[in-house]
Amino acid sequence: MNVLNFMWANRSDVWHLTLEHIVMVAIAILLATAIGIPLGIFMTRNRRLSRPILAVANIVQTIPSLALFGFLIPIPFIGGIGGRTAVVALTLYSLLPIIRNTFTGISGVDPAIREAGRGMGMTDGQLLWKVEIPLSLGIIFAGIRVATVIAIGVATIAAAVGAGGLGMFIFRGVSMVDGRVILAGAIPAALLALAADFGLGAIEKRFSKLLGVLLICVLVCSCSNADRIIVGSKNFTEQVILGELLAQQIEAKTGLQVDRRLNLGGTLVCHEALTAGQIDAYVEYTGTGLTAILKEPVATDSSSAYDKVRTAYLSRYGVEWTEPLGFNNTFAMIIRKEDAQKLNVRTISDAVPYTSGWTAGFGYEFIEREDGYPGLVKAYGLRFPRSPRIMDLGLTYKAVAERQVDFIAGNSTDGLIDALGLIVLEDDKHYFPPYDAAPLLRTAVAQKHPEVRQAFKDLGGKISAEDMRRMNYAVDGNHRDVKEVVREFLATKNK
Amino acid sequence: MNAIVEFRGVTYAINGRPILNDISFTIAPGESVVFLGRSGSGKTTTLKLINRLIEPSSGAVFVEGKNAKDWDPIQLRRRIGYVIQEIGLFPHFTVERNVGLVPSLQAWPDQTIHTRVQEMLRLVGLDPQRFAERLPRELSGGQRQRVGVARALAADPAILLLDEPFGALDPVTRAEVQREFRDLRKRLGKTMVFVTHDVREAFILGDRIGLMKDGELIALVPASDFEKLDHAEAKAFSQSIA
Repeated sequence: MNVLNFMWANRSDVWHLTLEHIVMVAIAILLATAIGIPLGIFMTRNRRLSRPILAVANIVQTIPSLALFGFLIPIPFIGGIGGRTAVVALTLYSLLPIIRNTFTGISGVDPAIREAGRGMGMTDGQLLWKVEIPLSLGIIFAGIRVATVIAIGVATIAAAVGAGGLGMFIFRGVSMVDGRVILAGAIPAALLALAADFGLGAIEKRFSKLLGVLLICVLVCSCSNADRIIVGSKNFTEQVILGELLAQQIEAKTGLQVDRRLNLGGTLVCHEALTAGQIDAYVEYTGTGLTAILKEPVATDSSSAYDKVRTAYLSRYGVEWTEPLGFNNTFAMIIRKEDAQKLNVRTISDAVPYTSGWTAGFGYEFIEREDGYPGLVKAYGLRFPRSPRIMDLGLTYKAVAERQVDFIAGNSTDGLIDALGLIVLEDDKHYFPPYDAAPLLRTAVAQKHPEVRQAFKDLGGKISAEDMRRMNYAVDGNHRDVKEVVREFLATKNK
Repeated sequence: MNAIVEFRGVTYAINGRPILNDISFTIAPGESVVFLGRSGSGKTTTLKLINRLIEPSSGAVFVEGKNAKDWDPIQLRRRIGYVIQEIGLFPHFTVERNVGLVPSLQAWPDQTIHTRVQEMLRLVGLDPQRFAERLPRELSGGQRQRVGVARALAADPAILLLDEPFGALDPVTRAEVQREFRDLRKRLGKTMVFVTHDVREAFILGDRIGLMKDGELIALVPASDFEKLDHAEAKAFSQSIA
């Protein structure tokens, strides 16, 4: 079967991510147990507080998991990118079933038994340890089981904040629209949940011993983090490819170990993670750095944009913009290659005389943005006979290939451009701001590991827009493995 | 008289609603007093005041000549045997551990506890060989009640408090256990405070009978004088036997 083949081919990843998943959930459940059981017991002793505590735990439970992860990112100490945030979020989710079952379990102990115990002179502690906890252990344990199964599910979302785990496959699969990759994450997660439920049921019978063993395993696993370079990426295909590319380049050129924190939630998440030192490197685009991070107006010129972000990042964040990779991922005006050849059109200016006979098809965002269609029309004096057809961005490619429209706006590195026989018109008036891609590296890392800095320098100018389109298409269109695509690319470039 | 239990003007109220109203009495060492009354008359409350499961709202309870307030409640309870109708055996403890509970709380040596448990089980008519390792759910109602009594006696308390201990038993078993218990008490010479709504039981087990109604102690008289009481509640109970 396809999925099984894929999982077998990536077995070391599957194994590694499963392990990450287990460690994350195990730590969270241990924490939630350590907090939840005492809290549940406390509530049986202070019944007036039981309602508010349960209410809070209930509310936490209802926060959508992705939102909870989002809330935690900016919080110092417990938040940020990576495992810690995930563990905190999972712990919060796991609290409710554990607290509630501890409380109801102990409250449910036959009052006659409690009265007999007290009447015979048991202290509150003796009553708790010798009678109430042993009698409610089954219910308390059921709470831990429920919490564990929930946590295994929720932990798949932790990949969005760079905590790894089986969610990595799921997110990657969703962005690649590849069911095999999604299932490679979903199947082990489901099996893990079943195994945990079954395993905890078995532990219930020999409570203390096995829990001790589990605890030791978790500690051993979580303590194995040496001097590694951590590479991040945003959560779309091109970024994942570039993250993988940085990682393989470092591995090949320096021999250092690399942790991949790919598929992070977006620009801001990556930026926060980088400045907080939770990742060491990721690929950013000059236009994005300028507008989204530095909040400055767009630049029209490639080199001035690069100089601006480079200077500002160095002084403000201690982050270096290393050599640009060589391609510019900006808005691209796209027509069919055959039209371009027939009419001898290379630039947008060349195309202006012909637009009166063409139909345009644009995505909603491009029509609306001030720096999109309205500005473009003004800058080049475009004249379309009909107002552009508005359609889903993904459909515009299909539409132009099938001759329903003749002129579309996409991104210059979209893999479909070459695959569908289309061509990008050169923006000869430099209307669109430059979005040149370049790896960012923390200067602290660059100083400590100059060989990493050198490895990035070697990548400078190596990736053309066409290279990027080909790799994007290999992953999105041909459903090939990111690692393989990157490996082949580096092999041709590093000859 | 050297009282082992004494109530001096004890009132107990919950949220201003009186459950017990100005109760005074004394109980002599070795005496058996049965508090007789209908449900809600305050007899169980009286019992719980003795081992300080609850505290009087006003007035004072003296145990062995010392104000209950001055006793460490834990130590006080360990000196007083306590049996309740629901028995309250710990379902996860064997019979042996249930009976040996107070001695083990008092940190007696294991061997001493074991010997004591055997002795207690024999005392209440259960063969230790057969019953010591059983769990409460493997016992009949009468056997459970015997275990409850053995547990209350295990630390050799001077005082025994019993709250309708035989109420849930079938009439035949109840009569049997009542007789056994009366003989047992005479042999051991413990002070006993017993609560019941069964006037027959009061006559079998009580040296004196205290009649309670609506939180008042109407009379506390020798059992032989009970039928002579000129009070509607006393007559109602006396007639219920006939």
